[in-house]
Parts: sequence; structure tokens; C-alpha cells
Amino acid sequence: MSALLTEAFIGSLIFGALTAGIPLLLAGLGEQISEKAGVLNIGLEGMMLFGAYAGFAVAYSYSSFTIGFLAGGLAGLATACLMALLCVVWSMNQIVVGIALTLGAEGLTALLHHFQFSRSYPRLPKAETLPLPGLSELPVVGGALFDRNLLVYLAILLTVFMVWVFNRTQLGLNLQAAGDKPAALDAAGVSVKGTRFAAVLCTGFLGGLGGAYMSMVGGGLFLPFMTGGAGFIAIVLAMLARGHPLWVLIGAVLFGVSLSLATALQVAGVNIPTDVIQMLPFAMVILVLIIFARHSYLPPALGIPYHRGER
Amino acid sequence: MAAGDKSRLDGSALATVLRILLPIFLALLVGALLLLALGKDPLAYYGYVVKRGLLSPTGLQASITRMAPLLLIAAGLIVAFRSGLWNLGVDGQFLLAAVCVAALAPGMAAHGFGDVITLGACFIVAMVIGAAWSLIPAFLKASHGINEIISTLMMSFLGVSFANVLIKIPFNDPTTTVPQTATLPVEDRLARLGDSTVHWGVILAVIMVVAVHWMMERSSFGLKLQIVGSNPRAAIHAGLNVKLLTYAAFAISAGLAGLAGAVDLLGVHGTIRADWNPAYGILVIPLVFLARFNGYAVIAFVFFFAVLMIGGESAARRLGVPTFFVLVLVALLMLFFAVTEFLDQARKKKTGA
Amino acid sequence: MTSPEPLAISLSGITKAFPGVLANDNISLDFRPGEIHALLGENGAGKSTLIGILSGMQQPDAGSISVRGQRVRVTSPKAALKLGIGTVYQHVLLIPSLTVLENLMLGAPWWKVCDRDGAQKRFEELSQLLSTDLDPDVPVGRLSLGQQQQVEIIRALWHGELVLILDEPTSMLTPQGVHELGQVIRRLRDHGVAVIFITHKLGEAYELADCISVLRQGRVVGHLGKDEKARLSEEEVTEAVVAMMFGLEKATAAETEVAQGDAKLPHEGPAPLTQEGPPLVALQDATSQGQSGECPLRGASFQIWPGEVLGIAGVDGNGQKHLAEILSGQRPLAAGRLTLAGQDVSHGGVAARRRAGVRYITDERMGEGTVAAHPVSVNLVMKEIGQPPFWRWGLTQKGKVRDFATDKIGDHDIRTPSERTPIGRLSGGNIQKVLLAREMAPDAKLVIFNKPTYGLDLHNTLRARAWIREGAGAKAAAIVVISNELDELRETCHRIAVMYQGRIVGIVDNATTSETEIGRLMTGAEVA
Repeated sequence: MSALLTEAFIGSLIFGALTAGIPLLLAGLGEQISEKAGVLNIGLEGMMLFGAYAGFAVAYSYSSFTIGFLAGGLAGLATACLMALLCVVWSMNQIVVGIALTLGAEGLTALLHHFQFSRSYPRLPKAETLPLPGLSELPVVGGALFDRNLLVYLAILLTVFMVWVFNRTQLGLNLQAAGDKPAALDAAGVSVKGTRFAAVLCTGFLGGLGGAYMSMVGGGLFLPFMTGGAGFIAIVLAMLARGHPLWVLIGAVLFGVSLSLATALQVAGVNIPTDVIQMLPFAMVILVLIIFARHSYLPPALGIPYHRGER
Repeated sequence: MAAGDKSRLDGSALATVLRILLPIFLALLVGALLLLALGKDPLAYYGYVVKRGLLSPTGLQASITRMAPLLLIAAGLIVAFRSGLWNLGVDGQFLLAAVCVAALAPGMAAHGFGDVITLGACFIVAMVIGAAWSLIPAFLKASHGINEIISTLMMSFLGVSFANVLIKIPFNDPTTTVPQTATLPVEDRLARLGDSTVHWGVILAVIMVVAVHWMMERSSFGLKLQIVGSNPRAAIHAGLNVKLLTYAAFAISAGLAGLAGAVDLLGVHGTIRADWNPAYGILVIPLVFLARFNGYAVIAFVFFFAVLMIGGESAARRLGVPTFFVLVLVALLMLFFAVTEFLDQARKKKTGA
Repeated sequence: MTSPEPLAISLSGITKAFPGVLANDNISLDFRPGEIHALLGENGAGKSTLIGILSGMQQPDAGSISVRGQRVRVTSPKAALKLGIGTVYQHVLLIPSLTVLENLMLGAPWWKVCDRDGAQKRFEELSQLLSTDLDPDVPVGRLSLGQQQQVEIIRALWHGELVLILDEPTSMLTPQGVHELGQVIRRLRDHGVAVIFITHKLGEAYELADCISVLRQGRVVGHLGKDEKARLSEEEVTEAVVAMMFGLEKATAAETEVAQGDAKLPHEGPAPLTQEGPPLVALQDATSQGQSGECPLRGASFQIWPGEVLGIAGVDGNGQKHLAEILSGQRPLAAGRLTLAGQDVSHGGVAARRRAGVRYITDERMGEGTVAAHPVSVNLVMKEIGQPPFWRWGLTQKGKVRDFATDKIGDHDIRTPSERTPIGRLSGGNIQKVLLAREMAPDAKLVIFNKPTYGLDLHNTLRARAWIREGAGAKAAAIVVISNELDELRETCHRIAVMYQGRIVGIVDNATTSETEIGRLMTGAEVA
């Protein structure tokens, strides 16, 4: 038991939890925006995958992490643009389009990977970190928490920023109204479709960014199907967070812990088959759903396309 | 007057054909552009796919064989979707059932149970395991109204990992070097039809699709499921037991996915290696949609898709275009179908006004 | 070209067509500041379309709109608000999870931080003008419907006080609420606002409006100017307007009465009834469990004798829905007892109650009463699925279902292209006929009507009320009519029970009790 509580174990657990949790946080925050506005974005997994591929490919060819992250976000945004056109403007079934996008993203990124990287399997150098003065010197947690990539800090700041947006800005009111009672928003003179379109774009950008973090910082390389359901876990996080960004953060860290447990246990010398470890996060989602089933909340108009005049 | 009616009829028939063919054409066209961009000759690729998936006797038989699991999964999805349930977890249900059958069948065969008993037991076990894997999503949906998309997907990921654990630890065949289950001798697998390589699971699958189609269209049970699917509140108003019907629809849907796993294992593979996951489910979902939940149309689409898969697998070896390309084609097909349907409706609205 | 009274809004030649319907046919109307202008008409007369055009929700096919003499195009709700045209819709259009102030702030440019102080100031200004007293920081979902309507009026005036459009504003209010609304509207008129008041009740129009325009089949068929209306007596106005509304030389008494809408004429209730023998239906201390936002039953009791019609009055959302669902078996009793002809039927769901002779005509015809995509024939047998003769060995007997459906379509005069037509394509009146046909049974013991004429046109309203008075096609059944239109209950019921916050606060005799007394009960005052 004492072997489990070594500094190395805790350090690697926290480190891994953040590494695995940041993509979930970014994508989960993104999904929360579109869910709030009434669009169930099942294509999030696809947006993350495109982001992961584009981020890695661009960062690799331009040797720049910044440009890579930007490319990842934009790839997600472009995918979201297609989704928003089909689902928000043309009112198509959000689930069908979401599945199609995810399927397309899986196929296309795997195909591109096959032709570009499958012989050489290039890796990116370790991402630059930005040690926070003072804090990064702390024992045990210092390196794991405060000596990280800039995007990690930005993602956590984003959570706070979103709390402010939701509670204090017109945009926050509009998003809430678009998911709660779109006809009322329309009557107030705000375009429902415009609000939802923008919400889906935000989701795409953040999902893409999350994917880019996975390939560029998490692994340093791109692999086909590498998101492995993270997009869907992010959807669950957004659902369970009931519109509160802070809960997405807490959920993302918890899932990050369960995802990073395998590595941490190996560091501690405990050997458990990776498949068992891989089951953990999904088992946790199911468990959470069973325990908190009654408390999950979705906006009333979620998944329903809006047409003026139909109330 | 009559002539006018007739020409309008012809026009609508033409429109229907266009509505199906145009998206297929567009998807193949965009796919071709993608191949060109990747430096491959699209005509050679498509030609090779058709030749190996449809025109060569062995290829055609392989395509038809491949239809068996796809059709059974599709049958289950028809029931789920028409009941308004998004069972997106068929891959987990399929794989877990297949793995359990992979452990059960060789064992029973070795102990001298007859073929009928072995196969019957395997089918039942597969269906029960598939159905059991849908129990939690069904409970969450029926009792707490939790969106089943998420819960079935989570159960699917969980099931795939769990299946791997089963293959690597309790069901591992110690005589092989790679982790895999014990192999079912060829003579104990599903019988072939005549001289072909096609096994009779395909017949079973076609029967199941038709049976499910009839059940949904003509039986009181099917109508009850449809009402739950299209207006759950009306179902409560009419006194239907919505909870029970939800469990039933989930169980049938997942049970058929499990049966698909059994048929694929008993008919083709005989053993499962670790990390094998064909992910048929996520591919069949779009097809069932494209067929608008109609059983006969599903059979046609599944055949088209099986040819694409088998041909694509050959082309992957020969032309170096990985099978991922088929995924892209399906996604394109789905998007273009959605777009044509939307444009068609917009046109109707315009002419109707 | 100088007009003595500048117009607030002027419509000229407004025409709007939908597939198969000419909703607005060359409508020209003028609205003046400081005047309450009632637009009267039956359902389907084109009122809603006209509001849609004025508020920017819809665009006219032809015609023009002028605001303060300037020709304008109202291209969106936003454009309408900017022009100072505010609309209060029939159904509340507020976001329940947001506070009053947040709802009012909706519509400002999205990139801005909420201007709470500015909004607070404007809110206080308008509160004073309307002399209302609302807490700006309460979520709208917690307000009563009357208060929500006040919020809507404030919002409609938020960007300017030129024109206020009210679409059927009294349908959700108690008599007292209507009175208060009248005061608010008059204050606004005196402040110089042009008020457009849409209604299908003549009595309301007479009482509140300065002038009246009548719409029928998409056209303006008559107008009573301010002076003219002031000159005529109420009877004369009534007669003139009813004739315009229905295009008759002289309206029938029944039509006048329905159009009148708020019981100015003495009502002819159902034939008197003596309560003989034991009651047929007895509900004892019924309570139910509600989710958030629903009003549960908190101990309701009543008895009904054979052939008796019991009305349930009350403002919407005081437990009526749960009462109907408990009686029909759709919702389990948390506590209490229901007996039917001496038998305890407290337990058991819809199917068991139906076998025991309970029939329920729901108010949510599309929401739960029918399955829109399914044919009329299937909807007619929706509560018999699996039972003979329509199903044998679990298989649908298509011929039997079809024959049954064609019979019912004939008997009940259901206007449908065929029995295979999806029911969602039928009009509200015809869908209601399908429900009536489905729930008709000669041996029924308890028939529950929930808002039986909600959203129906005049002829279907008359028909449905006659149907209830005649005993709903059953011999001596107990009948429950739930309605928020008091005149409907006055016309059909022997006794009227008033519900308030999940309780029955009084059961009164219809013939001997005044409207004001019932209205007083509806606001929660205990019976004297």
C-alpha cells in the first residue's frame, strides 16, 4: 500500500490526469455551449479527431505548436461549420449528421495518416512548458500542476471565463434562451439559428483544440481513431454538468485520473492489463449515470430544430 | 387528365430513383476526387472493387457471407429505431456475444454435444448476452429518461474492452502465441449452402430482417412499439406499458446484435483474436437510416455495402488504399442523402405553396 | 394630406396565402394612438396571421405597412420592436429559467455585458406606468400567469410605447385578472399607446375597446368606429357585430351566446337533474405526486350521480391536469380512493379503467391524444391495440380496422381525405371529432372532458358542447368537464367545482350561483 503513495506515483497520477483531462475539459466546455443552445452535437468525436490530425500535421510541418493548436481548432471549426449548416440551417437530424461526421472523420484522418505518416511515424518534440514561478517549485504537485503547456492554463481560465459569459453577458442569456424556449428568443428579436450556429462553431473550435492537445501534447504523434471515445465522454460530462462549467472541470479531472491510473500504476510497479484500465472511465460514466440519473438535466428544446411559427 | 396523372406518376418515380442514385453518384464522385488527391486512380479503384466484390464468384460469395452479421444487426436496429430508441451500442453487444460464443462453441463441440444442440445453445447464449448488455441503458431510459445515445455508446466501449479482457485472460487458448480464443473446427461451423462458401446464417439473417419488418408493420406488438417511438406521451395516454416496451425493444435489438456476433463467429471466423473489432454496428446504423427503416431496402443497402467492403478489402491489399476509405464513402453517402432529401422537401414545399 | 389624427400604424392591402388557404385577403386597417382597437373573429379568420405580419414573424405576399406615416417593411421581430411595435402572444413567450429582468434584457446585442442598471431603470419606469408590482429578480417560471403577462407587456413596451398588440390576452386569466388587465390597458391608452386587442369574445371587445374591426375568412368584414360604438347600446353592438362575424342577417341565439363569450346573456344550463340513489363516481381525498412545475392534487373529493355533469373551474395549472389523469388511470393515486358504481377502482391503469367504463378526452390532442404520423384509422383504435376484433393472434386485421374507421368517419362527420390520412394533417376540429368518436361508448360510466373546445371554431364548439349536454353518447354516465372558460361550464354543467392549488375549494350549484362568486373561489377564497 505504501508503494502506491510514493511521490512518483502521485506526481505521475496528477500529471497524467491533467494530460488526459484537458482534452475532455476543452471538448466538454464546447459541448456545453451547444447543448445549452439546444444542439446535441454527436459529431464532437469527429471534430476532435480532425483537430487531432490537423494539429499534429501542421505542427509537424511548421515545427510550431502555436500554429498547430490554431490549425487544430480551425479544423474542428470547419467540421462544425458543416454540422451547423446541415443541422441548424437546414434542420436535419442532429444524430444522423453527427454520426456521419464522426464516421467521416475516422475514415479520412486514418486514410491521411496512412499515406503521410504510417511508414515513418514521426513524433513531435516534447511540448514547451511554462513553469509558473514559485508554484512549480512545490514538492510533489509542482511539476505536475504548474509546469505545463500554456494551453493547460488557458483551458482552466476558459472555465472561469465561461462562468462569467453564462451569468453576466447577453450572449449567455441568448444561449440559455435558445435551448430553453427558442420561440421566446425569436420573439425578442434575436436569431435562434444564428445563436445556435455560433454555439456549434464554438463547440467545433474547442473540440478541435482538445483533439490537437491529445495528439500534440498528450502523445506527440497522431494515430488513427486516437480519440477513442473521448468525444462521447465529453458529451456525458456536459450533460451531467447541467450547464455549469465548473462541473465540467471537476468531471474532466476525475476522468483524467481514471484514464491516467494505468500509467501511474505501472510507475508504481503494479501490473494490471491495459484493457481493464481502459474499461475504467466508461464504467465510471455508467456508474455516475446510475447514481446521478435523476439529476441530469438537458434543455427542453435540445435536439429539436427550430422553425419560426411552430410552437 | 389521365395522361397528365400518368406523367406525374412517372415523374415521381423518376424523382425516387434520382433521390437514391444521385447521392450515391455524388458520394462516389467526391470519393474519386479524394483518391485523385491521394495519388490513386479512382477508376482503377472502383473497377477493382466491383470486380472483386461483385463480379468474381469468390468475391460475390464473400460479399453475401459478409451480409449475414450486417443484416442481423440491421434487423435489431430497425426495431430500436422504429421504437424511437437510439441503440448506438451494437458493437459492444456484438463483440461480447461473439467472444462468449467463441469460448462456448469449441468447448461444447469437444465434449461431443451434437451440432444442433451446440448451435442452438450458442444462439441463445449470444442473444441473452447481447440483451443483457442493453439492460442498463434500458433501465436508465425507462426509469430516468436518460438519453440512450450516451449510455449505449458507453456500454459499447465498455463491452469492447471487456471482450478483450475475456479473450486475454479466461478464454485465452494457451496453445497459441497470440492471445485468442480456442478455434472451432471447420466441420462444426455453420453448414455451407451447396458448393458455395456461403453459410446458412445468411438465410437466417434475411429471414430475421423480413420477420422484423413484418412484426413492426403488421402486429399489435409492432404498432405498440411504433407508438412509443413516435409519441411516448400518446403511448401513456393509451395505457401502454412504456417501460416494459422500452425494455423489450432494447432486448430484441441487442439480442439480434448478439445473434449477429454468434453467426459471424460460427459461420466464418471460428476464433477471435484480441483487439479484433470489426465495428459493424456504427457502419450499419447509417445504412438503416438510408433505407428509412424499411426491411427490404435494408437488404439492398447492406448488399451494396458488403460489396464495397469486400471489394475494398481486396483493393487495400492490391492497390494500397486502406479500407478506411469505405468509412469515408459511407459518411459521404449519408451526408449526400440527407442533403438531397432536404432539397427535395424544400422543392415540394415550394411547389406546394 | 394632413390628417388631424396621425396614425400609429396603417395597413393597406395586406394579403398572405398559405398552401390551400388565403389567410389574409386585402386587409386595410388604421390604428390610432390613444385608442384601443379590438380585432374580432373566429378561429381561422386570419387574426394570427395578421399579428404575425405586424410583429415581423411573417412577411405579407402583397400590401404595405406604414408606421407614423412612413412606409416600412417589418422584416423580423427585431425590426418590429425597433419600430416600437410590441406584441404579447397568446402563449407565454418567456424563458422560465431566467429572471424577470434577464427576460427583459434579451435582445440586446450579443457581445455586450448585461446592462443591469439600465434595465432596472427602464423596468421601474414601465412598472410605474403600468402600476404593477413585480420583483425583477425572480425566475419567471415562479410567477403566476397573470404576472407573466405583465412581464410580457413590459417587454413589448421596452423599446418604445407606440403600439401594443395583445393576442387573446384573457384566455389564461381569472375574471379578476381580466379586470386588472383592463385597467393596465386603459392606462396605456391614456398614455398615448395604440393598443391592438385580438379576441374572439365579443363581450370583452365591447367592454375594453374603443373601436372594433371584424375579420372573417381573411377579410375585414365590418368596422365600428369610436363614435359609432359610443352611440349604440350594448345589445345593438352585439347584434351588429355577430351578424358581421358570421355573415348572417341575424345570428342565432346560440351563436350570439358563444360569441358573447363572457355570459352577458342569461345562460341556459342543462336540464335539471335530481340526484337519486347512490353516486356513480366518488373520489375521496385524492392526492398525487407532481414533478417540479406541475401542480399535484392535494386532497380532492367529490361525488357524481348518474347523468350528472360536474364542471371543474379554475385558472390553468391548479391541479386540473392531474385530476383528469387520476380519473382516467394515467397517473397513480398517491393516496385516496376512487369508486365507480360501488367498485373500488383506485388501483389499475388506463386499460383497467377503460374496461370499467372510464373515457378520457384529453386537452392535448396532438401532444398525447393522437400520433400525428399515423393514419386516422390507427388513431381511432389506439386504445384497443391488441384486442379483438381488430387484432387476432397479435396480428392486425386491416380490414376490420378500416371498416370501423370508415364507419366512425361517417358517423361523426370527420372531414378527412381517407382513413389512411395521417391524423396530423387534419384540422383541430376534426382531430377533436376523432377523439370524441374514439371515446364514445354507450355503456360508459365516467367520461372526462379536458378543455373540450379549446382552439375549436364556433361550429365545432357548439357541436362539442351539445355532445356533452346530450350525455356524451352514453346512457346516464357521470361526466366531468374541465375548462377555464366559465361560460362553457355555465352552459353544460349541473354543478361546478372550483380548483385552487390542487384542492377543490368549493362545489356550487350552477343555476343558483353567480359568476363573481365562482371567480372569487378561483382566486383561492374559501366558500363562505
